[in-house]
Order: sequence, then structure tokens, then C-alpha cells
Amino acid sequence: MSRAEAAGTVRPVSPLWTFGLLRSELTTTFRRWRTLALLAVLAGVPVLVGIAVKIETGDGSSPGGGGGGPAFISQITNNGLFLVFTALAATLPFFLPMAIGVVAGDSIAGEANAGTLRYLLVAPAGRSRLLLTKYATVVIFCLAATLVVAVSALTVGALLFPLGDLTTISGTQISFAEGLGRALLIALVVAASLIGVAALGLFVSTLTGSGIAAMATTVGLLITVQILDQIPQLHALQPYFFSHYWLSFADLMREPVYWDDLAKNLGLQALYAGVFGSAAWARFTAKDITA
Amino acid sequence: MAPYASDDNTTAGEVDEQRSGRRKAARYVVPVTVMGVAAATIGLVPALADSGDPDLPKITAQQLIEKIAKSDVQQLSGTVKITTDLGLPDLGGLESSLMSGAASPDKGGSSADPTSKLTELASGTHTLRVAADGPDKQKLSLLENAAEYSIVHNGKDVWGYDSKSNEVYHGTASDSPTHDEQQPPATPKDFAEEALKAVDDTTSVTVDGTARVADRDAYRLVIKPKQSGSTVGAVTVAVDAKTGMPLKFTLTPASGGAAVVDAGFTQVSFAEPAASTFDFTPPKGAKVTEEKAAEKKAFDKKAFDKKAFGKAEKSPERAPKSEEDLGKGLDGMKTIGEGWNAIATFDTGGEGMPSGEAGGDLGGFVNSLGDKVTGKFGSGTVFSTRLVNALMTDDGKVYVGMVTKDALVKAANAGN
Repeated sequence: MSRAEAAGTVRPVSPLWTFGLLRSELTTTFRRWRTLALLAVLAGVPVLVGIAVKIETGDGSSPGGGGGGPAFISQITNNGLFLVFTALAATLPFFLPMAIGVVAGDSIAGEANAGTLRYLLVAPAGRSRLLLTKYATVVIFCLAATLVVAVSALTVGALLFPLGDLTTISGTQISFAEGLGRALLIALVVAASLIGVAALGLFVSTLTGSGIAAMATTVGLLITVQILDQIPQLHALQPYFFSHYWLSFADLMREPVYWDDLAKNLGLQALYAGVFGSAAWARFTAKDITA
Repeated sequence: MAPYASDDNTTAGEVDEQRSGRRKAARYVVPVTVMGVAAATIGLVPALADSGDPDLPKITAQQLIEKIAKSDVQQLSGTVKITTDLGLPDLGGLESSLMSGAASPDKGGSSADPTSKLTELASGTHTLRVAADGPDKQKLSLLENAAEYSIVHNGKDVWGYDSKSNEVYHGTASDSPTHDEQQPPATPKDFAEEALKAVDDTTSVTVDGTARVADRDAYRLVIKPKQSGSTVGAVTVAVDAKTGMPLKFTLTPASGGAAVVDAGFTQVSFAEPAASTFDFTPPKGAKVTEEKAAEKKAFDKKAFDKKAFGKAEKSPERAPKSEEDLGKGLDGMKTIGEGWNAIATFDTGGEGMPSGEAGGDLGGFVNSLGDKVTGKFGSGTVFSTRLVNALMTDDGKVYVGMVTKDALVKAANAGN
């Protein structure tokens, strides 16, 4: 009875309503101190990396010695733009998905925890639409978080190191403008790499009424998968882990670009988004909201 | 929906609960369907894409070999996947440190040195990119995680660039490491050429149908040793029907199981690669190692080691030639048998076990890798990989060949 009737009477409402809902969700999310703190931490990583490399190479030695450290670190001193790639490579395995896990895990469970979920549902938006809005908010947060890292890295890189034409990892030269274009493309790919975790977090969030539990579970799953991805015996399973192809964004710096792994990564993220997104929908639309 | 669930009367509520329970469960059909469709797609698409072996006009083995010989592909670019499984014990870091130790005798060797880098191809799966435009312009890149190692040959310059450490190695083309002889085989073509060198009366060569490789129609050429006792099962070469270019090379051991060497194009194009592909200027701040005369000498020695290693381990067909190479270094080198069953033998003149040579700590370790055997010749230790077996007798004689353990023991018995 309930839902269908309620939704039925709601349908004629302007579709712009969704955007109103999205806007209010976005303001709520991005105004939270927690979100701002997360973004500040993310912005701090490139600063740390940049300063560390600057200090280490102050005497003219090359950073990263025999090729250790995060990807691209040895090129930073020659071209500040590489700090963008290094910073993304450094934050992608843990900092970025952790931030996403916190925001996604909090999205439904946090509302339930604070007792505000039922008020949200009183508004004539429908559960599916609310869930979609929540997911859109998390995805936008993915993009925002990635761009915060990239922009912070670009600023620090420009301040501390020279900019100019850059050498791709294949050894060919590209202009600075094209380099910037690739940096933007890489940021988009990194953001897209996170939508799988976002969907997973959203699903976990619909399972529990405690925001903390949802965040902890999501981040815990993330760490577990990252560890399992390192175990050689699980070789056969690893291509299905959402984090397995994350570092493939570096393939955009090859000339010509090597698309195989990039395509696998994006396909895998879409699959996770589809499976866990619809699972979240199945759970959320059928759930008894008690808080 | 707490407000609705509360104040209804009981019976209606129960019926409702049952119905809504079923409806709740039904919703989970969606994610399950998504997963099922994905699984089906992953499973079926490759099967559907595999449109079966192409229909090509019949061709004899002789014609096919001529086709390969005539093949004159000057321009190509493509991606090669190479998997090597020599059955060496997995030593992990130890192996690589041994390898790099062996490959760069003088410390401070650049990580962009082609020799040390290409040694990595000896085990595991690697993705390579090749591009060529005439005899003066070639590029070979080894794709690594977020890094790449490239060798660019353009005119008289040969550059090695390791993007991970941002190091550059510079040499000249005349005696460059990329020069055919000194470079371990990496592309299917290299392997196939080596394999065809070995074709003689101890070998059977047949055309075994067709295949589809890298989206191109190809003939399958199968090269098999006629004699028994060899560890080589068969060598399969997929030859592009149009250009005669080998597209895939597979060496299967006689013992069965996975291929020892499997190198094939996953994507190939015979169009002219962009000229910028072959342009290389050392990036700012990169550490450039010039190929120095002194180093060259060391390098020649390295290349020699590699030749011996590369030929014996990787391309069986070179074995007879590698004996010549070895012979230069070791007096008293002899060859027993011919063709695929050739066994190289020499006298180290010393103690049987290589403990001294391999370094004190390693001695015991190396010992533990071998199997003790005894025969008329006395006793010794057999070290085996999936392709090459070596017998070292306790009185210091060494027998090496791509033959089975028994054949080695037989040779040792006959030698006494």
C-alpha cells in the first residue's frame, strides 16, 4: 500500500525537485566539518610530498633513489606537473577511498543515526530518488576530492619546481598544455575509479542504522581488499577486486596510451556501481525506517 | 515506513507482511541479475569473439617457411605479451639480485642499461610494445606498473630510458646492445627466426591448420623434434597469412603443462608509426650513462654471458652455436649427440659442486636445488628446469642440454 500510493501522488511534481534535493544534499555534505577536514587532509598530501622531495633533492640528488616510492616521484624535480601524478598515485590506494568510504558510509546510516532519515522521507521525493541523490552526492564528492588533490599538487608543483614540456613514461615529449590535459583526464579517471567504492559504501550504509559502523565497515572492506590484492595465491580472483586496476591511470602517460587496463578498470567500476547500487536500492526501498 | 507499519489490525498486518516480504526479496533480483549479466558477458564475449579458425588456402610447410623468409615487414607497431615459465625455482628478490649482480659486474651500472633490464623477461608475464620503421628506427618498450622501460634506436643513436628511476643509457648503433645478436629475443619474430635456424633432418615441420592472432588470419607452423629424449615438446609459430610475419611463438615442453615461452602479438598494425615515436631527448635532470669503452668491454662479456644463457635457456635451437661461444671460454668443451638432443659437456677440473663459484652462502642452497643421481659414471647432481637439465658429476664434469635427466645420465655413462 504505502509507498506506491505515496509515490503515485508525488509524480507530477516538477523534475527540478530532484536537483533541489541534490543541491540541499550537496550543501549539507560539503558544509560538514568532517568533509572539510577530509578535503584538507587530501590537500595536505601533495604539500607534504612536494616539500619532502624538495628537501631531499636540495643537494642535487635525484629523489626516489633506485626507483622506489610512489610512481612518477623521480620526475618531480624536473617538472612540477608530475607532482599531480605522484600525489594521485600516493592518495589513490588509501586516502581517497577512505574519504569516500566515510562520506558514502555516512550517507544513509548517518541520517538514520541522527534520526533525520524519516524527515527526509516525509518530503515527497520517494526512496529511490533519495538514494539516487545520495549516490550522486557521493560521486560528486569523489570528483571534488580528486580535484582537490590534483589542484593542490599542481599549485605546490608550480611553486616549488619548474614547469614546462614533459617526457611521457614512454620517453616521448609532449607540450605542457597537453600535459595539463592529460593531468585532467587522469584526475577524471581517478575519480571514476572511486565510484565502485562509493557504491559499496552506499550499500553498507543502507544495512545499518549506525553511521560509524557503516564507515568502519566500508573502510575495513577497502583495507581487506587491498591486502588480498597483494596475495599471489589469489591471483585468479584479483582481477575482480575493485582496487585491482586503480593504478592503471598511469597508462594515460604512455605514448600511445595503453587502453586495455584503463578500460578494464572503468568496466569494473561500472559493474560495482551497478551491483552494489542496485543492492542498495533493493535494501533501502524495502527497509523499515525506524529512526 | 514506520508510520504505516504500526497501527493496522493484526490479521491484515500479517498478510501484508508476507506479501511485502516477498516483494522485498523480489527487489534483490535486480543486483543478482546485474551480476549474472556481467558474468555472462565476461564468460561469453571472448567465446563469441572467437569466431573459429579462419579459412585459408592450403599451404605446405616449405611454402610457409619461404613465406617467412621472404617476409619484409619494415613498418609495424604493436603490443606483445610474453610469458616465460622456465620452471626455475621462484627465488623472488634473491633471483633478481643475482640476475642484476650477474648483469652488471661494475657497480654503478645504470638501471637503464638494456642488458640488466631485459633479463627480467626471463620469467613471468610481460607486456611489450614494439614499433619499427625501416632498419634505422626501432623502439621496444617494456610496460611496467606506472612506469616503462624503452629502448629507442634512431639512426646511430641507441637510447635506453627507464622512466621509474628517470635514468638514461646512451650508446651508438654500431655495437649497440639492441643490435640483433646481443639482444635476447623478445618478439615472436625473433623467436621464430631462431627456431627456423634449427630446422634440419632431426626436425619435423608441419602446417597445422590456421589460427586467429591479434585479429589477423594466420597459419600455424609446428616444429617438433623427431628424436625422443628432448625436453622440447613442440614449437608452434603462428604466421600472418598476408605478410608472412610470425605473430605468435609458443614453446611447449615435452613434459606437458604450460608453455615455457609464449610470445604473441595481442595487437598489431602494419601502418607507419608516428615519427615522434622514435624521437628521444633525455628529459631534463635525467641521469645519463654513456656507453664507455671500458664499459663496452664489460658489456661484451655480459652479452657473452647472456648469449650463453639466452641460447641455452630460451632458444634451444641456438644450442649448437652457444657451444661455440662457450667453447671459447672453457677449454675441453665437447658436444655429444646432434640436433635437439645435443648435450654440451665440459670439465670444470675442480670439485664437483659449484659452491666455490656461487659464493659460500649459496653453495648449500644451490645443492638443495638439485637431485642426487648415480650411474656408471659415479654420482652427481642434476639441476633441472622445465627445459634445460644439467648434470654435474662429483668429479667435476658437467653435462648440459635440453634433454631429459635419463639422457644426461646415459651421456655421462657413455662418456666414462
